[in-house]
Amino acid sequence: MTATRLSFPVTGMSCAACQAHVQHALEQAPGVEQASVNLLLNSASVAYDPSLTTPQRLIEAVRATGYGAELPAAIPDLGQEEAVRERAAQAEFRELRLKAGVSLSIGLGVMALSMLGVAAGQRLTAWALLGVTGLVMLWAGRHFYQRAWSAFRHHAADMNTLIALGTGAAFLFSALATVAPGLFLRRGMAPELYYEAVIIILALILLGNALEARAKRQTSAALRSLTRLQPEIARVVRAGSEVELPLAEVRRGDIVVIRPGERIPVDGLVVDGSSAVDESMVTGESIPVAKAAGNSVIGGTINTTGLLRSRATTLGAESVLARIVQLLREAQGSRAPLARLADRISAVFVPVVIALAITTFVAWYLLTGQAPLIRAFTAAVSVLIIACPCAMGLAVPTAMMVATGRGAELGLLIKGGEALERAGRIDTIVLDKTGTVTAGRPAVTDLVALPRWNDAELLGLAASLETASEHPLAGAIVQEAKRRGLPLLGVESFRALPGRGATGSVAGSTVVVGNEPMLLEAGIDPAALREAATRLADQGRTPMFVAVDGALAGLLAVADPVRPTSPRAIELFRQLGLDVFMLTGDQRRTAEAVARETGIAHVVAELLPEGKVAEIRRLKQEGRVVAMVGDGINDAPALAAADLGLAMGSGADVAAQAGDVVVMRADLVPVAAAVRLSRRTIAVMRQNLFWAFVYNVIGIPVAAGVLYPAFGLLLSPVLASAAMALSSVSVVSNSLRLRRFR
Amino acid sequence: MGSDKWTVLLGGIAAIAWVLWYFFLARRSAARATAAASGTQEITVTVRGGYDPAEIEVEAGRPVRLWFDRQETSGCSEEVVFPDFKLRRFLPPQQKTAVEFTPQKAGEHEFTCGMGMLRGKLIVR
Repeated sequence: MTATRLSFPVTGMSCAACQAHVQHALEQAPGVEQASVNLLLNSASVAYDPSLTTPQRLIEAVRATGYGAELPAAIPDLGQEEAVRERAAQAEFRELRLKAGVSLSIGLGVMALSMLGVAAGQRLTAWALLGVTGLVMLWAGRHFYQRAWSAFRHHAADMNTLIALGTGAAFLFSALATVAPGLFLRRGMAPELYYEAVIIILALILLGNALEARAKRQTSAALRSLTRLQPEIARVVRAGSEVELPLAEVRRGDIVVIRPGERIPVDGLVVDGSSAVDESMVTGESIPVAKAAGNSVIGGTINTTGLLRSRATTLGAESVLARIVQLLREAQGSRAPLARLADRISAVFVPVVIALAITTFVAWYLLTGQAPLIRAFTAAVSVLIIACPCAMGLAVPTAMMVATGRGAELGLLIKGGEALERAGRIDTIVLDKTGTVTAGRPAVTDLVALPRWNDAELLGLAASLETASEHPLAGAIVQEAKRRGLPLLGVESFRALPGRGATGSVAGSTVVVGNEPMLLEAGIDPAALREAATRLADQGRTPMFVAVDGALAGLLAVADPVRPTSPRAIELFRQLGLDVFMLTGDQRRTAEAVARETGIAHVVAELLPEGKVAEIRRLKQEGRVVAMVGDGINDAPALAAADLGLAMGSGADVAAQAGDVVVMRADLVPVAAAVRLSRRTIAVMRQNLFWAFVYNVIGIPVAAGVLYPAFGLLLSPVLASAAMALSSVSVVSNSLRLRRFR
Repeated sequence: MGSDKWTVLLGGIAAIAWVLWYFFLARRSAARATAAASGTQEITVTVRGGYDPAEIEVEAGRPVRLWFDRQETSGCSEEVVFPDFKLRRFLPPQQKTAVEFTPQKAGEHEFTCGMGMLRGKLIVR
């Protein structure tokens, strides 16, 4: 019995009695061999038998006592798991390489000897070869025979069955010819020996397996590098001083100190300091993002220039990184529809190949005049050896693994093979306006001051007044003043008039901010700026007049600005041949202004929330394959209604989003990359399937000897094994080309 | 045609018939997961060049815990995948690893190794 150790934080213990109570509860839990609880570290360490209990049950045992406990951070576990996996893969690769190398040397040696004419056919040599070949099969090829046998017992057959049958038959034939050559001679046949062929076939297949094992590792490289992002230690403020703690001991609410150049250990909210953070590993955004108090940071990203203090928010399995890793694993665990064909074929492939090999044997035996047994036998063995179900089985999954991993590196979480394939087939892309094409946050876009005033005075007064308002447009004005570093003054006798504006007294002056009816009501003439206001309104912005002490002072315009990258993204969509639609609940004038600015051809405005879903259904009925891009929370129904839903998020909420694809930064350009990546992936999958299929469709008949009557062409079993070893390696290598996608 | 040719022809036909019967028609036995006191249905699946048992019967609506006992180091079987449940688990060599989920509806669900080469079937009743 192997005990597993687990340490986890326990909360709420205040005295030695509590400690004893928790420890006792753990010791009594089934499957626990030994438990110790540390009051000072607030943690428990348990040795348990993993076949009898799970970490979750241990946590529950603690919770049942009334104290708190939570599972340790998931990421270190993932890192550990990856390390175990890496070691196992390395060991396997080395073993295969060694076996391939040794058996290839022996095979070539034997071949050289027989070429030099060293007594081939002499009984002593034959007996020696029988022994050597038997040893090579037992040492280097054992796993083929073991696996073939265990599959056979379950009425199943796979690649190992073919290798075991092919080499096994060749070996037994040769052994019979060695032990009882008279049996052949009496019938007028040469006692042919295939020992060197058996050794070289095994060597080549082992070599192919070694190369394949290494290439397959690389298909999940992206996932591995994500699990390595999280640092193991965090610098946390405890009792007023900074201490370095293992990640598992960081609690929600801890203040974490991150120095310049360090990796941010856990998700958090910046409380102090300012810096630029490189989030490229999570969002794909190459330019570092400015962070200051109030911004959220993601564990695993790199703090570049300044010192940051952040309050830990989500930890362990709930952290952004862990959820991304989880989503990526789920995606890679799914199956792409294109694989169905390959699955159906490979389910019947091996028995059919065995039947074909028998047919080959019978046909050669019946149709050949001289030495029928030898010819028939060689051809049948070649058929068994050349057939390669692996290439077909690997064709689609390897491409999907590489593509979803590459997507994650580019800030695209593609949730599975089906989503990946659908993304490649879309012809229409529907964009939500607010928050997708535009930033989703109103901002001051224009400032017009009449001659007596300057911009700063005007904005300062308006912003001071609006500090008392709760209107979203007011927030934009205050934000702009803060951004410019303008002082905000106190407001007295503030009054808001819904749909019009606000008025109040700032530093002794009466300030009015509002639309034309508001000004007229206050007896102020907006004529001087009326034309400017109309022009701004035509551009989809919301103009607001500012008046001070009964006289017009200027004009402000607030709008939800188009994201700077949106026009470029829409151009990219057009280049991909996609029809672009924009849906919005906003007024037509605003929507059309945004469409003009970005180059969107089709706009549907003034929609009710359920109108978006209806519009997507209508487009689908036109026979289009529709992708919808929106924010994953408000637009969830529309995302679900589309053939492909792409949720655009940023930072912490990323992994919680609905949709088939999550775009991890607020930018439409990666959406175009998602479509291109999917199209490339589908192309690679098709190439792989085509080659794997054609390889077998051509290889098997050639091995069976259909070209012999016309061209005298016959494949030797050794050549067949080389072809087979190459075929699956080439499929995996072709998939790996997707790693270079950009 | 000599007698040896007749033997080979008839022997070949018989061999093909047997291969097709053995791999496609012969009955595979499904193992039923046993329910523990907690209501979780558990079974151990040996992973060694294949899954043993390769067909597992469980009841719908109750949690299932499959212990995959991987008794080899071959990279082929390092992961087990349940595409219908979106589950992918790494199986450390020479260890038992639990895969837990609750199937809601009756039906047949395939499970495979990471690359879809080894196959098993979960039958939910």
